[in-house]
Amino acid sequence: MFLKKTKKLETQIDEYLDLVIKGGLIFKLGIKCYLDNQIESFEDHLKDLRKVEETADDLRRNIEIKLYTRTLIPESRGDVLGLMESCDKVLNITAETLLEFSVEIPKLLPELKNDFLDIAESSISCLENTVSGIRAYFRNVDAVRDYVTKVQFYKKETNKTAERIKRTVFRTDNELSFKIHTRYFTFHIERIAEESEDVCDKLSIATIKRFE
Amino acid sequence: MDISVWFFISSGLFLGWSLGANNAVSLFGTAVTSKMIKFKKAAIIAGVFVVLGSFISGAGTTATLTNLGGINAIAGSFTVALAVAISITGMTRASLPVSTSQAVVGAIIGWNIFTGSPTDINSLTKIVSSWVVSPVIAGIFGFLIFKIVKNTVLKWKIHMLEIDSYTRTGLIIVGAMASYSMGANNIANVMGMFAPASPFNEIKILDYYSISGIQQLFLLGGLAIAVGIFTYGNKVMKTVGTDLYKISPITGFVIVLAGALVLWLFTSQSLEILLLENGLPSIPLVPLSATQSFIGAVIGVGLAKDPQSINFRVFGKIGIGWVVAPITAGILAYVLLFFVQNVFEQKVIQQVPYEISKSVIEQLEQDGIETEKISDLVNKRFLQNKIFRYELLKRYPYNTEQLYSIFHYAIIDSFKIDSMLVLKSLSDNLLAYDQIEEIKRLHGKSFSHKIDFETAVFYDKNQWELNGNLLRDKNISDKKILIQNIFRVTPLSKAK
Repeated sequence: MFLKKTKKLETQIDEYLDLVIKGGLIFKLGIKCYLDNQIESFEDHLKDLRKVEETADDLRRNIEIKLYTRTLIPESRGDVLGLMESCDKVLNITAETLLEFSVEIPKLLPELKNDFLDIAESSISCLENTVSGIRAYFRNVDAVRDYVTKVQFYKKETNKTAERIKRTVFRTDNELSFKIHTRYFTFHIERIAEESEDVCDKLSIATIKRFE
Repeated sequence: MDISVWFFISSGLFLGWSLGANNAVSLFGTAVTSKMIKFKKAAIIAGVFVVLGSFISGAGTTATLTNLGGINAIAGSFTVALAVAISITGMTRASLPVSTSQAVVGAIIGWNIFTGSPTDINSLTKIVSSWVVSPVIAGIFGFLIFKIVKNTVLKWKIHMLEIDSYTRTGLIIVGAMASYSMGANNIANVMGMFAPASPFNEIKILDYYSISGIQQLFLLGGLAIAVGIFTYGNKVMKTVGTDLYKISPITGFVIVLAGALVLWLFTSQSLEILLLENGLPSIPLVPLSATQSFIGAVIGVGLAKDPQSINFRVFGKIGIGWVVAPITAGILAYVLLFFVQNVFEQKVIQQVPYEISKSVIEQLEQDGIETEKISDLVNKRFLQNKIFRYELLKRYPYNTEQLYSIFHYAIIDSFKIDSMLVLKSLSDNLLAYDQIEEIKRLHGKSFSHKIDFETAVFYDKNQWELNGNLLRDKNISDKKILIQNIFRVTPLSKAK
């Protein structure tokens, strides 16, 4: 009986994390469509992603209010809210990046298509494992470490791919503006992995505090 | 009832108030400082359960304190309680984690020394060893419970929010348990010294239920503790609660549970009977330091988490408390008793006459205590403990234990056997048919020494002699006390 409200909040937190995962998947699809020159589908994905981001924002605020007004998990709510806000930031970066593709329509070298698919894949893997880590933080603290390790691995892979893209583009005869534009988009996709790693750092500390 | 009684009891009530104010943090400190439970709710739960614990289960530990020193004049009780209150306040200001329990023992011994009454070394040993053992047991409980809780949470993969709900409910339940145990265990500190001189008469409610004078005292003491929790508990929680008790709610739950279990172990008469029934040694019912039990539990949990994180200097501080608190309170009690007796001319002891009869000598010989040197004292009556003690020691260097035995046997204690009282006062099946018949046979006889009364009434060794069977022995001892109380003509407890 007394767990009814708690269960509802648990479901809301899970729904929020589902939205973050969904956002990451839409981002990957969006990048693929852009690289395949399917602009209409790309724009649809962008719309979807912005909608997901808005819904996630509302849900997060709702959860925050509940945690504070009901003084739930008083010792951990600072950590929980910090994690959710950081997660939200990563989701915002995915939406912003896709929006920048839509606005600036960067020209990308065809030979870099696979690299861009790879970097999108690995940075979203970072985000997905971060979300799994947060889920584990709520239920299965022992498993958090595994996810953090995975995030660190994918983040390194993302950095490697980003470096490869930049090395390739800066060794072509294209205009400097073209090179810098490519670097700029690489940097934005790479940021998803960087921010995910930051979330994981917070997650590791929060996990240690769980049984203090 | 004389209005001055309230003045005398006020020092005990003040002691209760201070106990409540200082111990609220152990009971609900974590729950309140971590905002899991609001102070008002915590104070209501703690207050109610402290009163219930004091009223229902306070008798066991009080008996131990009364054995240590039966302060039988209310001005004496007042002074002893005042000495405890003053020394506790002083030592708390010096940031020593001393406990009321320890100061009370010192102050009672101070009264014993001042009045020349002997100290029961048996009770003292029981009490002091319990101080040492209780934080250790609390530590072991804390360690084990933390391991169990942590493994359960990890194994069952319970969601953090669900753990939060369970912890919230758990904190209320263990807080209530701890409050009940604290009330039952510590009421002896607040009102124990007033028990032998209880100024209240029995109240009968509808002929079925009666509240004894001692229960009324306990109720009053329990209420004083509850008032302490309500009025000052929050302030103490805000100051103390931010360092030692700033721990996660789940750890707090473990600590309060471990502390409550230890207090209960040293308080519960039901547990004592259960252990005796199974042929196990019983745990002495002793007033403990609630704070030190909780510190023991904190250390146990600390060991379970990270042994290197423990500040072992805490042990040193607790150890200092064991020595400093009783000595300070004892000296202060002695000095205050001197003033109360000689400056304010109040009776701090109800003098009881002593006389060494032939039967006393026989009993002492049986116990292997030297009697030849005191044979000239036989049939002389002494009206003051101090003089009696002086005369005994002048003749032979008795140790404290032997002195206690001589005082115990030589006390003049009038009994008159009225067989009608047996039928009226004893509930069914308490005594066997033979035993009742034996008592009837003695109808009309009077005794001036307890030892003579016991020899006459409990002469059938098959039925009354202790044989080492712990449960049987306890039952027999309880029955003996009951029968003595029925036939006592002027009960010492009523002498004022």
